[in-house]
Amino acid sequence: MSVPTTSAAQKSAVFDAAKVRADFPILQELVRGKPLVYLDSAASTQKPRQVIETIDRYYRAENANIHRGVYYLSELATSKYEAARETVRRFLNAASTKEIIFTSGTTDSINLVAHSFGRAFVNEGDEIIISAMEHHSNIVPWQMLAEDRGAKIKVIPMNDAGELQLDALEGLFSSRTRLVAIVSVSNSLGTVNPVEDIIEMAHSQQVPVLLDAAQAVAHAPLDVQALDCDFLAFSAHKIFGPTGVGVLYGKQELLEQIPPYKGGGDMIREVTFEKTTYSELPSRFEAGTPNIAGVIGLGAALDYVESIGREQISTYEADLLAYGEAKLAAIDGVRIIGTASQKAGAISFVLEDVHPHDVGTFLDRQGVAIRVGHHCTQPVMDRFNIPATSRASIALYNEKSDYDALVEGLDEIIKVFRG
Amino acid sequence: MNELQELYQQIILDHNRNPKNFGPLDDATQQANGYNPLCGDKVKVYLMVKDGIVEDIRFEGSGCAISKASASVMTTVIKGKTVEEAKEMFESFQQMITSSPQEDVDLDAFGKLAVFAGVREFPSRVKCAGLPWHALTSALDGGEEVSTE
Repeated sequence: MSVPTTSAAQKSAVFDAAKVRADFPILQELVRGKPLVYLDSAASTQKPRQVIETIDRYYRAENANIHRGVYYLSELATSKYEAARETVRRFLNAASTKEIIFTSGTTDSINLVAHSFGRAFVNEGDEIIISAMEHHSNIVPWQMLAEDRGAKIKVIPMNDAGELQLDALEGLFSSRTRLVAIVSVSNSLGTVNPVEDIIEMAHSQQVPVLLDAAQAVAHAPLDVQALDCDFLAFSAHKIFGPTGVGVLYGKQELLEQIPPYKGGGDMIREVTFEKTTYSELPSRFEAGTPNIAGVIGLGAALDYVESIGREQISTYEADLLAYGEAKLAAIDGVRIIGTASQKAGAISFVLEDVHPHDVGTFLDRQGVAIRVGHHCTQPVMDRFNIPATSRASIALYNEKSDYDALVEGLDEIIKVFRG
Repeated sequence: MNELQELYQQIILDHNRNPKNFGPLDDATQQANGYNPLCGDKVKVYLMVKDGIVEDIRFEGSGCAISKASASVMTTVIKGKTVEEAKEMFESFQQMITSSPQEDVDLDAFGKLAVFAGVREFPSRVKCAGLPWHALTSALDGGEEVSTE
């Protein structure tokens, strides 16, 4: 008698939302006496028990400073730390672990590039291209660099849907363009940018590209070799890992050409008072004792995502997002900000006659956590001529009922404010 | 009454919908901007001060219901007051909204301003109620941009 079997491929193709939710202890908590409806994953994701337990175990049984320790615990911590680097390499499909630098987060990663690439390659009159939908963390470091070096910032404009205008990008390149620094997925609009096209355009002008993948990383597969990006930055806490740790991927040939960022221990080969020689990649960019527990926790987070399957997550979320967008758009007086054809993660909206802050306070009392404000993208708010938006953003643990709770809350607000 | 209803009292909703003294003041003698960088709320307060008395006061800007209603009610209670009285009102209002919700406050003494006592339950919204008052004191002192940060 033949028993029907499910192949491994079929098994992983099934996304079990209930099982995923059960992995996140915080989702069992009551907030203001109500079940938590967490719609702020674009700001920070919740953590699965696999990550929490890994960090807990590290501090209980494995904690020691890494590198140069000659005793058991130090060797154990070092091997776990370096194993996480290999996990990140595999997750991004980077060619080598030398290309994986641990930082304190996306902001730190971008600042590293602005500082070190900037010092090596950006001079007076040179130009950096960014876009109209950048997070402040991908604007301010370049402005600081530009001020320091006498360089210029050029901005790729966007249309009313919140899509970058690539035809305008063509005209922004010049012989002085040194770098394109661009967000993969907008945190305030949800737009998925055509980064492959942008990279191709930049490379045809011999200009390297940095991708801010802070929002992209938790929602879809990322392959740095397929993308051919030159730098890529992301934060652990936006992909179910701990806060205070992030990654900079950089092509080895580029990282080898740029000076260190921070000076200190661990990034040196030999120090005398006359001269210091620096160590090899990647430790050259990791001065001081790193966030060891954070890095190991990040490794656990990426393992977790891979165990669910990135294609499966992407498919599940696309369906969920479409549901949420349709529900929100159906509310009288709701205007969705950012209507790009390709979106992921976040839906920003404004509600006629009700300020986002009032929306946020009302929803909070219903146990619904969303973010209101400018989302660290003030130029985006200016572009749409609004002071702020309300933003509901999802991750793999959300479900349709979360959007239902949001919509119910909004209906209440409308009743109160319109009288 | 629950905390939300306490915060969004009908008076606040009414002032939000139809703010009093909203718009520029052409013969202002001093003015100041208030800005909350956290949420982007902006308010501009115009004063016409003559012989130490606030003869006229108006405001404009964009913000949440709390900051807008606070500005609106503020203009109605400040008009006609001396500069010293206005500053004292700011001090006591600021003290009231930043006090603990458990603290016993004589709300009757605050008259129309008592409706803002509800913000004490909402730490993230205290700055909204205080913003127009900060702009007012700045304007009384000669005026420059103030931030709630």
